[in-house]
Amino acid sequence: MSVATAFEKAKAENRAALVGYLPAGFPSVTGAVEAARAMVDGGCDVIEIGLPYTDPLMDGPTIQDAVHRSLTGGTRLADVFATVEAVAATGAATLVMTYWNPVDRYGVERFARELRDAGGSGLITPDLTPEEGQEWLDVADAYDLDKVFLVALSSTEERIEKIVDVCRGFVYAASLMGVTGARSAIDTGAPGLVARTKAHTSLPVGLGLGVSTGAQAAEVAGFADGVIVGSAFIRRLLDAPTLADGLRDAHALAEELAEGVRARA
Amino acid sequence: MTIENTVPDAAGRFGRFGGRFAPEALMAALDQLETEYEKAKQDPQFQAEFQDLLTNYAGRPSLLTEAPRFAEHAGGARILLKREDLNHTGSHKINNVLGQALMTRRMGKTRVIAETGAGQHGVATATAAALLGLECTVYMGEVDTARQALNVARMRMLGATVVPVKNGSRTLKDAVNEAFRDWVATVDDTHYVIGTVMGPHPFPMMVRDFVRVVGVEARAQCLEQLGRLPDAVLACVGGGSNAIGIFHEFIPDEGVRLYGFEAAGEGLETGRHAATMTAGAVGVIHGMRTYVLQDEEGQTIESHSISAGLDYPGVGPEHSWLKDTGRATYDSITDAEAMEAFALLCRTEGIIPAIESSHALAGAVKVGKELGPEATLLVSLSGRGDKDMHTAAAYFGLMPEDGK
Repeated sequence: MSVATAFEKAKAENRAALVGYLPAGFPSVTGAVEAARAMVDGGCDVIEIGLPYTDPLMDGPTIQDAVHRSLTGGTRLADVFATVEAVAATGAATLVMTYWNPVDRYGVERFARELRDAGGSGLITPDLTPEEGQEWLDVADAYDLDKVFLVALSSTEERIEKIVDVCRGFVYAASLMGVTGARSAIDTGAPGLVARTKAHTSLPVGLGLGVSTGAQAAEVAGFADGVIVGSAFIRRLLDAPTLADGLRDAHALAEELAEGVRARA
Repeated sequence: MTIENTVPDAAGRFGRFGGRFAPEALMAALDQLETEYEKAKQDPQFQAEFQDLLTNYAGRPSLLTEAPRFAEHAGGARILLKREDLNHTGSHKINNVLGQALMTRRMGKTRVIAETGAGQHGVATATAAALLGLECTVYMGEVDTARQALNVARMRMLGATVVPVKNGSRTLKDAVNEAFRDWVATVDDTHYVIGTVMGPHPFPMMVRDFVRVVGVEARAQCLEQLGRLPDAVLACVGGGSNAIGIFHEFIPDEGVRLYGFEAAGEGLETGRHAATMTAGAVGVIHGMRTYVLQDEEGQTIESHSISAGLDYPGVGPEHSWLKDTGRATYDSITDAEAMEAFALLCRTEGIIPAIESSHALAGAVKVGKELGPEATLLVSLSGRGDKDMHTAAAYFGLMPEDGK
């Protein structure tokens, strides 16, 4: 399923789409695939596979920890593409979320080709802005891939317009000023950011950063087209004594969140 | 080839290097900084206040000291040291932080954050924050807080909060990551005082402008004291601020060779080094396109140097540009060569240099031998070595308990 179709389906069901994030190679290469399957089975419509990177400067301690474990476990790009292939095979739309340097170094076109061949839908690029992204924009179009850029609370109208103009798939609204990780409350500016973004585009807008519970998912589903959850899934896997426990807990969290996105506050 | 100082362009690019690879959350702050900096550059009052602080607080102009006994070991070339070690806080870092602290105030922000490796930039930032009444948090890798413990105490004494960074390689690169993480969350009231000519635009340009006084002074001092320009200008390169500072005014002087010395650590062949431009590949790190120590899949390779201030896997984009254009030559110096030059300057001239600066001194020994006794070398003595006594004492076995 494509990202666009996943969001359309959710809209037709009068709910928000549920987007789950997990880095490849965490807790192991096969463990990540199993976890992503559990997340899809529990109700995630879209999966973001994180490409583990040595310098994750937008990520908080939970994702840093997971990424560190993945890298020290020896995860390589081939594992990332294999993970995408296995997750896409579940039928869930599968994106890769990556800092820019690994793509730049591998070669943008080569990366895009291998991502497409693995069944990936596109990229989410948290440290790339449209101004520096021309090569990616051209290649993504040539390979029919989604381009998800971020908008932030601090983005001006002019910048939001520029960003949504080059997005395909959905627009990622960062709900708070800060790094990834669970928060007790959704930033009060989040609905405003989604509204400002929707004023400039007909693309769906997903809201991420800080969402960890069904109640928060319901709250976000009240104003956004998609609810993005990452650290909370990782937390379940980190805290579980065994992989089997982690998979069960991640599945349960996906179910809770899936219920949340259907209970629009 | 004559290279004019026309970089960066409006997008912050030095040729193919530089730019602004930053999270969207920071773009508004970077735009604000760029706009305000352009205004400050044209504002006589801002410039006068900056000059006043450099003169009456930092102690500029710094001296140009001839080092004849040291020069005997460098092929007899004439060697002149630009004494940034004599600045308040002990290094060239004070120039940049005074400029950025004034920018912080100008933008109505009340808090500064900084990363630091050796601690010199952290101390300088804590100093400027105390001077201007700004709140200050400094991120420093845990490996560096251990090897530069005295500087941690200095920063705390000056009222700064020092946060030891315990993730990744626990050195400068990870301190930068942590500072960015802080900044994304606090950008409304906080300015990130980046400590070198790196980061997203406009930092590499702005920091260069604040440190270029080093070369401006040195060039005038050479003309006044020697009646001519030096044959070569030498500096160590980690992120590259002292090197850009002393190089910049000389860039259009075709006859003046520019040499930057990176840290070869335990030797390039061991893989344990910080020679970004010698052994790295072009990539993106910390908001800029530049040479990066990385593997073939774009993962950063941890750097190594005995000198905390050079222990960084990236380099300012203007250096990458100077390398590619051929205007500057970059070579590397091992830990052992740097420590030898460190001891040599102590014993021949009675000056204890920073271990960072000792890489430039070791470079001068090499270049002096190449260019011969007719040559005049201008060397950036970017900092003093008081902070390095712990490392030096261990290296040379000088502590009484070592039994030597």
